[in-house]
Amino acid sequence: MLEIRFHGRGGQGTVVATILMSKAFFRAGYHVQSFPFFGVERRGAPVEAYLRLDRQKILLRTNVYSPDHVVVLDKTLLSGIDVTRGLKPGGSVLINSPAAPTGAGSFSGFRLAWVDASRIALNNRIGSRTHPIVNTSMMGAVARVLGMPSLEDVVASIREELPGDAERNVTAAREAYEAVHFAETVKPAA
Amino acid sequence: MKRVLEGSQAVAEAVRLARVQVVSAYPITPQTHIVEFLSEYCASGTMNARFLRVESEHSCMAALIGAQSAGVRTFTATSGQGLALMHELLHWAAGARLPIVMAEVNRALAPGWNIWVDQTDSLAQRDTGWIQFYCEDGQEVIDTTLQAYRLAESVALPAMVVLDAFFLSHTYEPVDVPEQEEADRFLPPYEARFQLDTAAPCSFGPLVPPAVYMEMRHDIAKAMETALSRFPGIENEYAAVFGRRYGVVEAIRCEDAEIVFVTSGTVTSTARSLLENLRSRGERLGILKIRLFRPFPVEAVRRALGGAAKVAVIDRNFSFGASGIFAQEVRAALCNAPGHPPVFGFVAGIGGRDVTPELLEEIYWKTKNSDAPEKESVWIGLQEV
Repeated sequence: MLEIRFHGRGGQGTVVATILMSKAFFRAGYHVQSFPFFGVERRGAPVEAYLRLDRQKILLRTNVYSPDHVVVLDKTLLSGIDVTRGLKPGGSVLINSPAAPTGAGSFSGFRLAWVDASRIALNNRIGSRTHPIVNTSMMGAVARVLGMPSLEDVVASIREELPGDAERNVTAAREAYEAVHFAETVKPAA
Repeated sequence: MKRVLEGSQAVAEAVRLARVQVVSAYPITPQTHIVEFLSEYCASGTMNARFLRVESEHSCMAALIGAQSAGVRTFTATSGQGLALMHELLHWAAGARLPIVMAEVNRALAPGWNIWVDQTDSLAQRDTGWIQFYCEDGQEVIDTTLQAYRLAESVALPAMVVLDAFFLSHTYEPVDVPEQEEADRFLPPYEARFQLDTAAPCSFGPLVPPAVYMEMRHDIAKAMETALSRFPGIENEYAAVFGRRYGVVEAIRCEDAEIVFVTSGTVTSTARSLLENLRSRGERLGILKIRLFRPFPVEAVRRALGGAAKVAVIDRNFSFGASGIFAQEVRAALCNAPGHPPVFGFVAGIGGRDVTPELLEEIYWKTKNSDAPEKESVWIGLQEV
């Protein structure tokens, strides 16, 4: 079983990204389970959401404490939240950031990757200039970092869920897939 | 077809498939998503139903009592304080023999304000005459809701389909959603035995003197017994259409078990993962999942627990001054069975506290390493304050 933790802020589509990724993994033949951290939701406040995937039925009905991978939709969270809390050694950390995050040394022991999802979302006019909605861009980047599911499963999941407005999001996911940077000495999974 | 659905949407899909004609609801977290889906279905014409927005849960149940009395199939959903406010009318719905179906998303009672899972809200309604099912996952939610209509209507009693806040209501997972025509084959249109009808006027809810009231109550008691005996047949019919069956209880590896956990709701799933782990280490754990709580399946519980050396009941609820409520029921079911095993009561996961495999394993070892229960209820995972 793999467990992935998503960090974002209320309004960025973090929970939706987690749900859509679970649907993409389901298309790829996995059993999935996704849920938000059960807290009180406010715009701009830190949000966590979780995704479990496995080849067999998932029995655990608990919060995720030691994820295999972490996805961070907003790099300003790094100053206030320990995003690697409980992260398994060798797990990946994907951050929405235009450049290698400062203090990248604190990610030693993990596979660090980043993608400028805010720019990609802005270029595709997703959200507003001050509040780009980065979730679909991050979905493309997650598929690249994990080497699964296929980008086409991600695209199909976006199209199914956002029927009226899917194509800009699909383009963003494809662009982000190609735009992931990996910290040196780390290679993509597939 | 299997789709990835939120537990709340699994409820709404079942209500759509049941061709419910009147939905009434007052929003309360964590029930909200259920009625949001249903209001969309009603507005878009996906469901041909009236959606009644009411000013309180008390009015909500009153509206459904009126609608169901007029001979239509009805639904509502609530949680926690909302269910508590409905209390008076829960008795009324059962006494009037109206097969209203309600989804109840377990939420802790205030104060302190808490929106998270805790079963005390629904268990506090155990004496109202409502059938109660407790669900383990999204598939069971959709299947149980459809079955609840069949059972409720066949014995003229209301039914509650209970699901854990968030761990079930807000969790997305693959669910096989039946086709409408399959659902129709299982669940025919509702036909009321008595209904409001201007062409055949009669009186509903009049004064009932002692000469009759006791017989009316006895009829409800008999209807509950009938519900218990009739449900396996209904499940057989369901299995014939959909291939899925759960039972009133599920005994998991109980045949050779030394210690049997009694569980309900999503804790059962986590306990299943612990069971696999402990069995691989040579420990003989079994699980008895209670799915039907009212009527309480006494015989099935006795059968499943009869061979165990010890029973450990895990309660995500509490009756102050007594013990965990499932533990009370299990003790009551066993006390007249000769040579029954000792029953250890554990209280865990109150107010949304997580029930992890580690916590369940702690319960296992505490039970294994004690000859007899030290007290009626042991609270697990308490912090030192």
